[in-house]
Amino acid sequence: MKYPDNLRYTKTHEWVLLEDDGIVTVGISDYAQDALGDVVFVELPEVGEQVDAGEGVAAVESVKTASDIYAPISGEIVEVNTDLTNQPELLNTEPYGGGWIFRIKPDNPADVEKLLEASAYQEFAESQ
Amino acid sequence: MKTTPLTAAHRALGAKMAPFAGYDMPIQYSSISAEHLAVREAVGMFDVSHMGEFWIRGAQALEFLQYLTPNDVSKLRVGRAQYSMLPNAEGGLVDDVYVYRTGEQEYLMVVNAANVEKDWAHVQALAEGFDVELENASEDWALIAVQGPKAAEKLQVLCDADLSAARKNDTFAAKVAGKAVRLARTGYTGEDGFEVFTAPADAEAVWQALLGAGVTPCGLGARDTLRLEAGFPLYGHELTDETSPLCTPFAWVVKTYKEFHGKAAMLSRPCPRRLVGLVLEQGIPREGYKVFAEGREVGQVTSGTLSPLSKKGIAMAYIEAAYEGLDTPLQVEIRGKLYAGKVSKLPFVPLG
Repeated sequence: MKYPDNLRYTKTHEWVLLEDDGIVTVGISDYAQDALGDVVFVELPEVGEQVDAGEGVAAVESVKTASDIYAPISGEIVEVNTDLTNQPELLNTEPYGGGWIFRIKPDNPADVEKLLEASAYQEFAESQ
Repeated sequence: MKTTPLTAAHRALGAKMAPFAGYDMPIQYSSISAEHLAVREAVGMFDVSHMGEFWIRGAQALEFLQYLTPNDVSKLRVGRAQYSMLPNAEGGLVDDVYVYRTGEQEYLMVVNAANVEKDWAHVQALAEGFDVELENASEDWALIAVQGPKAAEKLQVLCDADLSAARKNDTFAAKVAGKAVRLARTGYTGEDGFEVFTAPADAEAVWQALLGAGVTPCGLGARDTLRLEAGFPLYGHELTDETSPLCTPFAWVVKTYKEFHGKAAMLSRPCPRRLVGLVLEQGIPREGYKVFAEGREVGQVTSGTLSPLSKKGIAMAYIEAAYEGLDTPLQVEIRGKLYAGKVSKLPFVPLG
């Protein structure tokens, strides 16, 4: 299982990358995709939507189950990964790359610093 | 947590394990979809050793089973099996079961893993006054279900009996990989297949021989999607202590021309809601989701998934009887939105 060091994580298994332009990209962790199994459908949020940290904004469906994806920080959804509409399996094959889900313009970029670092998230995930 | 005689073999294969009915069971090895399709297209196998087995023997074994279950056990010749149920006094169900006639006065009943204790207490209580001998043999058997269109072909290589002579629901003693087993041409996937009852000590040898013959190991995840595609009920979902089988497509099990425990209560229960199959155009229905018709909530999903074969959302649901007709338009609420679908025939996909 991979836990890249350059990302921050939530206890609901999203990962967050603060990009150079101040926008954050959000996906689900390798641990989460493995637990879900074959992803068959991704329900994306709407661009322009204002979301609060902890709010359910997207959903991922595997053969087995449906899981909500939560906004890791507050802000505005500025982009969604439409590739997932036809290729939901990208969440399984490239959870940290082509399987990103949405991008948020943060209300407060410092919120990212409050999320879990890779080592702390790994410890949390593997104790589940 | 309890283990089966095959738990170590599952771990060695890298299976994802999870608690199920008090047992540490494999949920999947590779992926649910891949395992599902292996069973539909070739052959897969499942460790179902967690299921329970009761022996019912004696001069009044038939009379007792006629009272205990609603199907007609008198039709069961030696070496044959039938699907049946255990009604409670209120006309609901304690469990659904399979009954195998293994001798003139000897029957083996296979029950759901989660219900072994409840069923055992029920069977014992009802046996009072019958000349029968009961034995809870759940710990004496391991059980491997070999399922798929190539089940007979793959199993034949390892088996001393002529499997081509066996009809659906036949059961007989044989040897597989040199081990004494009981075979039954039964299963829970909608495909052809055999259930292989072995002594716990022989289970791993049989499992490894089947692996060597090219049978795909499958977990409980695929078992659930396969049974749902096939339109089979799962106790605790479609069938419960509170549900009458007469309100389901499985009413055929209940032979109203004979007497059985709970019959009067079962017949007097109305069916305001009926169990039906549902297919959605888009979206994946899940247990507990609400079903709507004409702008109003009319029922609830009991099991749902994406069919790995048809790639459509499929479900079983209890809905108001007025809407049970084939192709009746219905909607399922998924995360606050209504998704269009209709009442479907069962099974959901063509089966071999």
